[in-house]
Amino acid sequence: MSDMEFTYAVARIRALEVSLLSSSVIEQLIACPTEESCLQLLAEKGWGDSDTPLVAEAMLTRETEKIWETMRDMRIDMSVFDVLSYPNLFHNLKAAIKEVCSKEKHPGIYFEDCAISGEEMVNIIKEKDFSRLPASMANAAQEAYETLLHTRDGQLCDVIIDKATLEAIYQAGKEAKADIIRNYAEDTVAVANIKIAVRSQKTAKSMEFMKRAMVECESLSIDQLAKAALNSMDAICEYLSGTAYAEGAKALADSASAFERWCDNRIIHTIQPQKYNAFSVGPLVAYVLARENEIKTVRIILSGKANNLPEDSIRERVREMYV
Amino acid sequence: MSELGIVYALLGAAIAVLLAGAGSSIGVGIAGQAAAGVVTEDPSKFAKVLIMQLLPGTQGIYGLLVGFITLSKVGLLGGQVAAITPQTGLMILAACLPIGIVGLISGKYQGKTSAASIGIVAKKPDQFGKAMLFPAMVETYAILALLISILAVSNIPV
Repeated sequence: MSDMEFTYAVARIRALEVSLLSSSVIEQLIACPTEESCLQLLAEKGWGDSDTPLVAEAMLTRETEKIWETMRDMRIDMSVFDVLSYPNLFHNLKAAIKEVCSKEKHPGIYFEDCAISGEEMVNIIKEKDFSRLPASMANAAQEAYETLLHTRDGQLCDVIIDKATLEAIYQAGKEAKADIIRNYAEDTVAVANIKIAVRSQKTAKSMEFMKRAMVECESLSIDQLAKAALNSMDAICEYLSGTAYAEGAKALADSASAFERWCDNRIIHTIQPQKYNAFSVGPLVAYVLARENEIKTVRIILSGKANNLPEDSIRERVREMYV
Repeated sequence: MSELGIVYALLGAAIAVLLAGAGSSIGVGIAGQAAAGVVTEDPSKFAKVLIMQLLPGTQGIYGLLVGFITLSKVGLLGGQVAAITPQTGLMILAACLPIGIVGLISGKYQGKTSAASIGIVAKKPDQFGKAMLFPAMVETYAILALLISILAVSNIPV
């Protein structure tokens, strides 16, 4: 699709951006005394539907559904969002493999708002008809299924699928024409590699395990990152300080939650210029990411309120807003 | 009377109307898509975005105006066709080119600017005045081309 094909959708997004939560609304939410008053304020801001109960999970689920309902209503080629929908799609694969192998039923473990629904995914795995899956999933699905069946090692199954997810995101990013998708894919894979390195360092995993989980990307050398992870956390920070993720190294030195916050804020900074772009797919992708970031932030505030956390500890976890 | 002269003159009128009209339709089309996007979410902004959509429509009117002047110049509207040499016909054709070509290009770009300005109206309706100035700037060059086309067509001795 040429950039001009998105003119209608981008103008609609501009109108919708007005209802995104601003930093001042987030401050108001943090200042609310209870979870109920937060939910009340969100309902006043248009969150949920008239029939959505004032329950955190129901409201957050409804808002997530709304993102994709809006995007489908734009009448655009939804394949531009592949890079954003792959994590949910691969989650369905992971859940289906585990359900089939364990022969146990667990309701509500699938994302229904996906290219392949939970039910369909379970049928594919049961029939071992992996060719019905997209090319980027088929091999990983077969390998993960057989691994779990033979070894019963759930972590290994997760590693195989998570790696395939990152590879699919990276590949979709490479094939995308829009810079924002390319940058998002690169950032997602690099940040995932850093997280793998940090967790592997903390749990003393081997070089072989890290190599199995990490995915090659341009902005990081996974060899050097894995070697640093074998050494110490300081070595990881030292290696990162020489890359584009130097700021992340500082956040990592502070705490794990500071690092998670930095990762999300980095994405918001990457998409900020899309506020001034009148054509192309950029503003649409930016809107989806901004809404996901907003929902994540509200979730943090609501769970903070539910657990009676002080305002300051909620505030230090809150992400920056797009608008 | 050479018929080739009148053919050239008519070709000039056709170019003015065709190219400038095409420019406007592209521009109004682009701005219209953006306007429809905003009205889908906020119908109260209909009047403001409609004005923005119509801004690139002027090039077509300018082309029509030059087309009319040309037709009236060669006497096609009065029923008395003037005797025009091929040289004069080519002069009229050349005089029609500015509004034709500039109308096509400025119409398209004014449409893109209007679409971008519709984004301003969507987010900050109180900045409508400022938003309208950006596409209006593109209009300047269509007016300059119109001026030269009218001056040239009117002053060619027939």
